[in-house]
Amino acid sequence: MDTLSTGSLSGAQKEELMDQVKQQIAIANAQELLTKMSEKCFKKCISKPGTSLDNSEQKCIAMCMDRYMDAWNLVSRTYSSRIQRERNM
Amino acid sequence: MSENESADPQLENFILAETQKQRFQVLVHGLTDTCWDTCMGRPSTRLDSKTEVCIMNCVERFIDATTFITKRLMNTTKYRSDSPLEFQ
Repeated sequence: MDTLSTGSLSGAQKEELMDQVKQQIAIANAQELLTKMSEKCFKKCISKPGTSLDNSEQKCIAMCMDRYMDAWNLVSRTYSSRIQRERNM
Repeated sequence: MSENESADPQLENFILAETQKQRFQVLVHGLTDTCWDTCMGRPSTRLDSKTEVCIMNCVERFIDATTFITKRLMNTTKYRSDSPLEFQ
């Protein structure tokens, strides 16, 4: 790995850099989630696109988003306990 | 940058930890995508237990399948990393 030339950074500058990195990562993850949710919930809820997003489609999308989040969290928990289990083996 | 100048250990640890966390997140995004397609019917007011079990099994078996494929590929001399890939 290339070394970082950061010898001249002050403590406060380092904190700022780390905060920026964290923020960028959070944005990237939110974008990924947005892309997946749009793709999945469009497929589930809009079979025949009409002239507007009607009420039942909106309700379906809202529910789908919540379930996608549930699924995401469940996958995250399951995967993380699997990692934990394999580490203890 | 001269060779004996080493990286800032605090930043290096930070980057290592964040990289690892992000690798995990990327995998969760991918697994959710795959297991949603495999397990999800019509979205309702909550994830029912059948879907929950399906998602948990889906994650576990996906990891098993990846491990299996990795091992089998490593045992196949055709795919050794020191030679270029050959498709037959």
